[in-house]
Amino acid sequence: MSGVFLYALLGVGLFVLGLYALIIHAHLLRKILAINVMGTGVFLVLVALAAGNPDAPPDPVPHAMVITGIVVAVSATALALILMLKVSVATGKNHLSDSTRD
Amino acid sequence: MTGDIVGIPWIVVLIVLPLTGGMACFLFPTISKSLGLIFALAIFTAVVGLGWQLVEQGAQRYAIGGWGASLGIDLYADGLSLLMLVTAALVGLGVSVYSGAYFSREKAKHFWPLWLLLWAALNALFLSADIFNLYVTLELLGLAAVALIALADGADALNSAMRYLLVSLLGSLFYLLGVALLYHSFGSLDIAILAQRMEPTPAVWSAVGLMSAGLLLKTALFPMHFWLPAAHACAPAPVSALLSALVVKASFYILLRLWLEVFALTDTSLGQLLGLLGATAVLWGGIQALRQTRLKLLIAYSTVAQLGYLFLAFPLGTNIAWKGACYMLLSHAIAKAAMFMAAGNILRFCGHDRIADLDRIAQRLPLTLTAFALAGVSIMGLPPSGGFIGKWLLLEASMSAGQWWWAVILILGGLLAAAYFFRVIGYAFTRAGLTHEVGVVPARMEWAALVLALAAILLGFISPAALELMGIGTPFGGERAG
Amino acid sequence: MNWETALPLLIVLSSLIPGLIIFFLAEKQVVARITLNMAAALIKLALVGVMLWGVFHGHHYEIRLPFLPGLDLVLRADPLSMLFVTLSASLWLATTVYAIGYLEDSPNRSRFFGFFSLCVTATVGLALAGNLLTFVLFYELLTLTTYPLVVHRGTEVARLAGRKYLIYTVGGGALLLLATVWLYTLAGTLEFTARGFLSGLDAVHYPALIIIFVLLIAGLGVKAALIPFHGWLPQAMVAPAPVSALLHAVAVVKAGAFGIVRVVYDVFGIEFAASLGVTLPLAILASATIIYGSLRALFQDDLKRRLAFSTVSQVSYIVLGVAVAGPIATIGGLVHLVHQGVQKITLFFCAGILAETLGIHKISEMNGVGRRMPWTMAAFTIGAFGMIGAPPLAGFISKWYLGLGALDAGQNWVIFILAASSLLNAAYFLPILYRAWFKAPPASWPDERSFGKRETAWALLAPAVITAALTLGLGLLASMPYSPLEWVRFITEQEYAP
Repeated sequence: MSGVFLYALLGVGLFVLGLYALIIHAHLLRKILAINVMGTGVFLVLVALAAGNPDAPPDPVPHAMVITGIVVAVSATALALILMLKVSVATGKNHLSDSTRD
Repeated sequence: MTGDIVGIPWIVVLIVLPLTGGMACFLFPTISKSLGLIFALAIFTAVVGLGWQLVEQGAQRYAIGGWGASLGIDLYADGLSLLMLVTAALVGLGVSVYSGAYFSREKAKHFWPLWLLLWAALNALFLSADIFNLYVTLELLGLAAVALIALADGADALNSAMRYLLVSLLGSLFYLLGVALLYHSFGSLDIAILAQRMEPTPAVWSAVGLMSAGLLLKTALFPMHFWLPAAHACAPAPVSALLSALVVKASFYILLRLWLEVFALTDTSLGQLLGLLGATAVLWGGIQALRQTRLKLLIAYSTVAQLGYLFLAFPLGTNIAWKGACYMLLSHAIAKAAMFMAAGNILRFCGHDRIADLDRIAQRLPLTLTAFALAGVSIMGLPPSGGFIGKWLLLEASMSAGQWWWAVILILGGLLAAAYFFRVIGYAFTRAGLTHEVGVVPARMEWAALVLALAAILLGFISPAALELMGIGTPFGGERAG
Repeated sequence: MNWETALPLLIVLSSLIPGLIIFFLAEKQVVARITLNMAAALIKLALVGVMLWGVFHGHHYEIRLPFLPGLDLVLRADPLSMLFVTLSASLWLATTVYAIGYLEDSPNRSRFFGFFSLCVTATVGLALAGNLLTFVLFYELLTLTTYPLVVHRGTEVARLAGRKYLIYTVGGGALLLLATVWLYTLAGTLEFTARGFLSGLDAVHYPALIIIFVLLIAGLGVKAALIPFHGWLPQAMVAPAPVSALLHAVAVVKAGAFGIVRVVYDVFGIEFAASLGVTLPLAILASATIIYGSLRALFQDDLKRRLAFSTVSQVSYIVLGVAVAGPIATIGGLVHLVHQGVQKITLFFCAGILAETLGIHKISEMNGVGRRMPWTMAAFTIGAFGMIGAPPLAGFISKWYLGLGALDAGQNWVIFILAASSLLNAAYFLPILYRAWFKAPPASWPDERSFGKRETAWALLAPAVITAALTLGLGLLASMPYSPLEWVRFITEQEYAP
C-alpha cells in the first residue's frame, strides 16, 4: 500500500472517529470538536489524494479546496461556539435538551 | 433595448446584488428596512432579466474571471436553475415585504444582513456548475439559516438552532467527502465534465452514497427529518417561511442536479429506495401533523410530508415525473411560505398558536385566514392550484409507468393534508369567547401572506408556460423519456 | 373572443365576481349586498335563457383554456349541461330571495353570501364542464365552497358535521382524481363525447376500465349520497335552511348525480358500459339506496332529517334511470334531476319557514300547523305529493317514465322497487300532512315570531309558493315545448340516435 492511500485511509479513519464522537457525546463542546475532527479527516483525504503520482508535482486544486474548507470550518466553529454559550446561558445546560416532543 | 437587456450578465448580477445588499444593510442598520426592500425588488428584477435571457438565448454558462472549467469556477443557468431562482425570488419578495413589519428595530438590524446573505448563498447555489462551489454555498446557506433561527428569543429556539447547525455541518461533511472521491476519480469538479467522464466504479458508488446521505440529511427526508420540526417551528415566522420554502429545497436541488446529470442512476434500486423513503415521509409527516396541537409544529410536519412528494419522482425518472416534482417544489415553497406567514399573524393576534383555541379567527382575521385556506388548497393539491398541477403530473407519470402504488401514496398524502389542514380551519370558525388580549397585526403582514397564497393558486393557471420555461436547456432529458 | 366563446365564461363569472365582491362588503351594507345578489341571479338567469335558446337552435358554445400538457379546461354547452344549468340558475334565484329573508339580522352575512355565490359558480361550472378534468376541478371547488356554509353557525355540532362532510367529500374527490388520471393515461383524452370515448380501447384494458368505473361511481356517489356513502347528508342538516335547500336540490347531491350521468353517457357510453356489465350493479345499488333512504326517513322525528333521508332515496331515481339502460328510463331519470330539485327545494323552504316563524323543528310539533300557516303548508303538501308521485305533479312524470323504461328494457324488477318506494314515500309524508291539517293546534308554538297579519315574511313564503307552483306546472304542462320533459327527450334522442 502506498503512502498516499495510507494518508487517505487515515483521513477516513478520522472522519469515522469524529462521527462516532458526535453521536455518543452529549456535551456541546465535544460535539463541536467532533465535527472539527471529521472536517480534518476530509481535508486529509483531499490532500492525500492530491499527491497522486509521487514523481509529478501535486495537484493544486484539492489544496485550494482544503484552504477554502478550513475557512468555512473556522467560521462554522465560531458560530457554533457562540451559539453553545447562548444555549448554556439560556438553559443552564451544556447539552441539547430534547424539546422536539411538544 | 432588448439586446441590452439580454447582454447583461444576469448570472453574476444575481449573486452580487444580494451580497452587496447584505453588506449595505450591515453597514447602515438604521435604514436596513428600506435597503432590504429595494434590494429584494432589484433581485426580483434581475431574475426576470435572466429569464428573458434564457428564453432568448437558451441555457447560459459564465466563466468567472475567464478561467474556464476544470481550474476556474463556472456558473451555469438553465430551466431548472431558473425555476429555483424564481421560487427564491417570489418567496424572497414576499418575506421581505412581510418582515418589514414583523421585526422590531433591534431584530431588524440583524435580520436584513443575514437574510440577504442567505439569498446570496441560495442564488449562488442555484447557479453553480461546480460540485465544490456547491459545497461552499451550501455551508454559507446553513450558517445564515442557523443565525436566523437564533433570532427568535428563548431556549427552544437556541436549542433547535444548535441542533440544526450540527446536522447541517454533518451533512456538508458527508457531501465534501463525496466530492473528494469524485475529484480523485475524474479529475474535475465541473458537473458537465463529470457527466461525460462518469463510470460506475466502487469509488463513485461510495461518493454517491456519501453525497446522497449528506444531502438527504439536510433535506430532512424521512427518517432524517428529526431536526426539522423544532427548527422550523421555533424560528420567527418569516424565517420559518424561508427555511421551509427555500433552505431545504436547496439541498434537494443539488441532489436532483447530481442525479440528473452526474449519477444518471435512474431505474436502479437507489431510486426505488428514495421513492420508498419519500412515500414513508408523506404518510409519517401527515400523521404527525395531524397529531400536533400547535399550529407552527403542524405546518412544520406538513413540510416533512411535502418533501416526501419530491422524492416520488426518483423511482419514476421520466421527464413528466421530474417536471411534476419541480412544480410541486415551486408551489409548495410559495404556499408554505404563505402558510407560515399566516401562522405568524395568528400567533401575533392570539398570543399563542394552540389549534383548539383559534376561536373565531375567521371573523376577526379574515385576510389571514383566507391566505391560510388558499395556501392549504395548494398544499392539499386541490385544483386549480399549483399543487394540483404537480400532483397531476406525478400521478400521470406513475400511472403511465405502471407503478400505481406511488399514485396511491399521492392520493393518501392529499387526504392526510386535507385532514390536518381542515382541523385548523374547523376551529377557526367556532365561536368561543375571548379569553386573551388581542394583538395588532399590521395590514402589510396580512396582505403579504394573502398575495403569496394567491400566487400559489395562480400557478395552477400558468402551467403550460411555466413547464416550458423549466425545460430550457433540457435539464430533465428529452421529451421522449417521458 | 366572440359571443359563442364568451357566453359560457360569462355564465360562470356572473356569480363568481359578485361573490368575490360580496366578501369585501361590510355587514352593514345590506342594500348593496342584496342588490348585488339579486342582480347576479337575474343576469345569470337571463344569460342561461339566451344560451338555452341558442343551443336549441344549433349554436355551439365552447371556450378552452390550456391547463396541463395536452389537457384544456373546457366549458361547453350541450343539451345535458343546459338541463342542469337552467335548474341551478332558476333555483339559485329562488334561494337567494329566500336566503335574504332567512338570514335577516344574523351575523356574518357577507361571508355567507360570498360562499353562497361561489357555490353556485362551482355548480354551474360543473354543469358546463366539457371534459372530466374540468368537472373534477369544479367538483372540488364545490366541496371547498360548501364547507363554510355547512359550518356557518359556528357551533360545535356544526364543526363536527362539517368534519364529517369533508371526510366523505374529500375522500370522494380523491377517488375521482385517481380514476381520472388513470383514465387519461389509458385513453389519452378526457373530452365528454356523446356515446363515450372508450369503446375503441383494446380489450386488455377492460378490467382496468371496470375498476375505473367503480372508482368514479364511488367518488361521485359520495356527493350523490348513494349508500354506503350517504352518512354526511343527514348530519349536514345543521346548516341554515337555504343551504340545506341548495345542497339537496341543486348543488351537492345533484352534482354527484349529474356526474354519474356524465360518466355513464359521455365517458363510457351507455352501450359500452352495459357491455362491460357495470350498469346492472349500479341499478341494484341505486335501488338499494332508494329503499334504504325511505326506510330510514320513516323513523325520523326531526323534520329536516326526514327530508334528508328522503333526498338520499330520491336522488337515486336519477341514477336508477340512467343505469337501467334504455331510452325511456333515461328520460325518467334525467327529468327527475329537475323534478326532484324543484320539489325538494319547496319542502326545505317550508321546513325553514316553520323553524323561523314558529320554532318548529320536529314532526311531533307540527299538529295543526296548517291552520296557522295555510300557504306554507299548501306548498309543503304539493311538494310532498310530488315526491310520492301523485299525478298530475312533476314527480309522477318521472316515475311513470322510469317504470315504462324499465319494462321497455326488460328489467321488470324495477317496477317493484318503484312501487315499494312510492308506498314508503307515502308512509313518511302522509302522517306529516295529517298532523298539519287535521290535528288540533297546541296552545302555543315553541318559538313564535309575529309578522302581523301575514303568516310569515314575504321573502320566505314567495319562493316556496313559486317552486310549489312549478311542481304543479311541470307535471301539468310536461308535454309542452321547452318543458324539461321535452328537453330531456331531445337529449335522449342524441344519446340513443341510431
